[in-house]
Amino acid sequence: MGEINMKNATDVLLEIEDLHMSFGKVRALQGIDLKIRKGEIHSVIGPNGAGKTVMMNCINGLYSPQKGTITFEGQQINRLKPYQRAGLGMARTFQKVEVFGGLTVLDNIRLGRHLHYKSGILSGSLYWGKTSKEEIKHRSFIEEQIIDLLEIQHIRHKPVGMLPYGLQKRVELARALALEPKLLILDEPLAGLNLEEVEDMARFILDINEEERWQVTCLLVEHDMGVVMDLSDNVFVLNFGNMIIDGTPAEVQNHPEVIKAYLGEEDLYATRR
Amino acid sequence: MEITEELTIPKLFYEKASFYGKNKVAMREKEFGIWRPITWLEYLEKVKYIALGLVKLGLKPEEKVSMIGDNRPEGLMAEIAALCAKGTGVWLFQDSLMEEVRYIIDHSDTRFLFGEGQEEVDKAISIFHECPKLEKVIWDDPKGMRSYDQDFLISLEEVISLGKELDSRQPNLFKELTDQGRGNDVALLFYTSGTTSLPKGALLTHYNMLTMGKNLMDVDPCFETDDYVSYLPFAWIGEQMMSISCGLQVGFTINFPEATETAQANIREIGPHVMFAPPRMYEQMTRTVQVKYLDSSWLKRTSYWLSQKIGYRAANRKFKKQSVSGFMKILEWLAYITVQKKLKDHLGLSRVRHAYTGGAAMGPDHFRFFHSMGVNLKQIYGQTEIAGISVVHRDGDIKFDTVGKPIPETEIKIAEDGEILAKSPSVFIGYYKNPEATEKTLKDGWLHSDDKGFIDEDGHLVVFDRSKDVMTLSDGRPFSPQYLETRLKFSPYIKDSWVIGDKKKYITAVICIDYQVVGNWADEKKLNYTSYMELSQKPEVYDLVEKMVRQANTDLPEPARVKKFVNLYKEFDPDDDELTRTRKLRRAFVESRYKVIMDALYSESDMVHIDTSITYEDGRQSHIKIDLQICKVPD
Repeated sequence: MGEINMKNATDVLLEIEDLHMSFGKVRALQGIDLKIRKGEIHSVIGPNGAGKTVMMNCINGLYSPQKGTITFEGQQINRLKPYQRAGLGMARTFQKVEVFGGLTVLDNIRLGRHLHYKSGILSGSLYWGKTSKEEIKHRSFIEEQIIDLLEIQHIRHKPVGMLPYGLQKRVELARALALEPKLLILDEPLAGLNLEEVEDMARFILDINEEERWQVTCLLVEHDMGVVMDLSDNVFVLNFGNMIIDGTPAEVQNHPEVIKAYLGEEDLYATRR
Repeated sequence: MEITEELTIPKLFYEKASFYGKNKVAMREKEFGIWRPITWLEYLEKVKYIALGLVKLGLKPEEKVSMIGDNRPEGLMAEIAALCAKGTGVWLFQDSLMEEVRYIIDHSDTRFLFGEGQEEVDKAISIFHECPKLEKVIWDDPKGMRSYDQDFLISLEEVISLGKELDSRQPNLFKELTDQGRGNDVALLFYTSGTTSLPKGALLTHYNMLTMGKNLMDVDPCFETDDYVSYLPFAWIGEQMMSISCGLQVGFTINFPEATETAQANIREIGPHVMFAPPRMYEQMTRTVQVKYLDSSWLKRTSYWLSQKIGYRAANRKFKKQSVSGFMKILEWLAYITVQKKLKDHLGLSRVRHAYTGGAAMGPDHFRFFHSMGVNLKQIYGQTEIAGISVVHRDGDIKFDTVGKPIPETEIKIAEDGEILAKSPSVFIGYYKNPEATEKTLKDGWLHSDDKGFIDEDGHLVVFDRSKDVMTLSDGRPFSPQYLETRLKFSPYIKDSWVIGDKKKYITAVICIDYQVVGNWADEKKLNYTSYMELSQKPEVYDLVEKMVRQANTDLPEPARVKKFVNLYKEFDPDDDELTRTRKLRRAFVESRYKVIMDALYSESDMVHIDTSITYEDGRQSHIKIDLQICKVPD
């Protein structure tokens, strides 16, 4: 039946073709091709300075690449601003947490939900009828789907700036989830966490990816090889702006060039387990 | 209410639940940020279907059903359902290690295990093949459960639908089941957290549980309009005593916190009328207040200091049963409206009529602290073997060095060697599969507690210490190490302490500092540290602890003072067998584990070298090499 063909056609969520990005003479990305399929966890690894974060910034629109196309759900999004891309269903977290330290956890998450609010300033300030109903609907989504999932009930009303780093990372993830994204870009979600927090975070990523309610496609940038190899369906290896390989964890681990690229950088293979 | 030989917990439950129906809230659980009520009718329906589900799965009378998990409505429902289906309930501490879970499940011959979610299911899976009698593991929280396909796993929902199916075919079955049974049937098999050996399973009957609740409430009545917060482990007899023995008889509302971490905040929201907690919870509250005090502004500190002064004055007069003058009453009122009211509100104590502490010794300093705020804190004495409680303070007759007077129908006497003996309708019927221990504990109906104590001139029972823990000082006098330990723990900087000195020349102590409090203190002093170990060995921290030890030493007779101490490089932890699950120090164990430290404390050296490895919860090991300072305390 045509179903299989249909599936193939819509299978790819994000496609990058021949992406080039330079800063002056530094050629950060030199013709990258990447396909992310719906429902997978696709990791990007590479030594420091390989261009991983640049690639993420190009995808969500913080940088505009000099050459190449980025297609999201069949639509070319090169010219779209970051907020427009968010509107299409793209959310991200940052390597160094970017939360609103003075706001409470709940307000940070609400902010991530902002795009889903329909009511305007006027009705919002009156908070009556439809508006209050809308607020309750979103609040119950936040409580039932996010706070419960990420186990942050005890800090709901705490200002984020007062929280330990591990919890701030969790709040950032919560805010990204509030958008109900189709694609979630996680830029080093495990950096700076202790072992217990790493285990929790890995579990959350799996839950977000697999749980029937969510099934979010994840693009993961991470240094912790143990976690990357365990979680990912596919791993993309980047070195000096070039792709080395894009394959399953097993293929990547046995690839001679990957081993070479990481040679002498054993600490990158270091995992907390 | 009359407790007859015929009355059982299921009969009482059925009667209460049908009486209140949908007009009264039986429980509340905070979920998704909102307190959600469960009426008695819903409670009854759930219990009915779970009970019938268990019957359908093949539960036979007197077979064991175990429960593990956080405090939540489903836990209590499972317990009552197991009893309604004529089974026997067994509770496990939710932080039990695999080996403890395996031992209890295997020893109790458990057939059905109620777990909460993934964590409990994981534990069950790893012990399943070592426990041949275990048949089904029931879970209720679907989070993370999507990829489990073991056929011995079954969700609570499925059990309920099995129950519904059976109910539609035999609509009278549930009522028939609950009507069977007599008071003297075994209701619960309760494992005691032994400070010395493997846990022993105490068999408690319906009659034991219900008479205990009734006799306690004869002293301090509870009302059906009361609120109670259930947040301490159900595997602790004190929690059973409140939630089942008292709760079912008066029908008060039981509230379950949203998560373990939110318990304190949730208690504040509910403002319970009754409270029963082991000393460590009260110690924690005291520490919270003391730490906030250190952090607050001058004005707040001064008003707190003044109100404390007034509060202590008033409390001391009440302890001595002296009258309080009119002027003092005005001062008390001032202290109440300016400070104490807020303080009590923050601690969730603003509506508390009776706050009980029991399960371990509580220091007089902590006791005075709560009374100075006007909290009616009372000691309870009892043990699992007497269904929880046998002795309690009466209102207006509180002495902080005693545990009060026996509750009705209870006799207490002191054996020749000083052991406390008790007799009451709540005394258990024996240990499961352990006749020798039963014989040692139960003689002619008297429960031998293995605690030493005496009855004072006012008829109050004074519990000295566990028999085996009583020390002899250098001058030959007996001495209770617990007493000194609780004194040391009154300092917010000290989390745990271990006092040594039996038949030695002088007394010494091993101190575990409170990482958070001392950590904050160090931050303010701009001291750098990266770990507990490093912080504990800072000379400045030693000076701080020395000051605290000196404070605890004041007013003590010379031979009972701590002469030397050492800061341990880690906290005591139940996972390392240093404490029981209810956080009592396992003296014999720490003595053998830290023998090097003990020896060094009684030598001339001022340093002890530690070379050991520790195992983390996830099985990783790390090697530790450290020199611990030994500090002498000048007089």
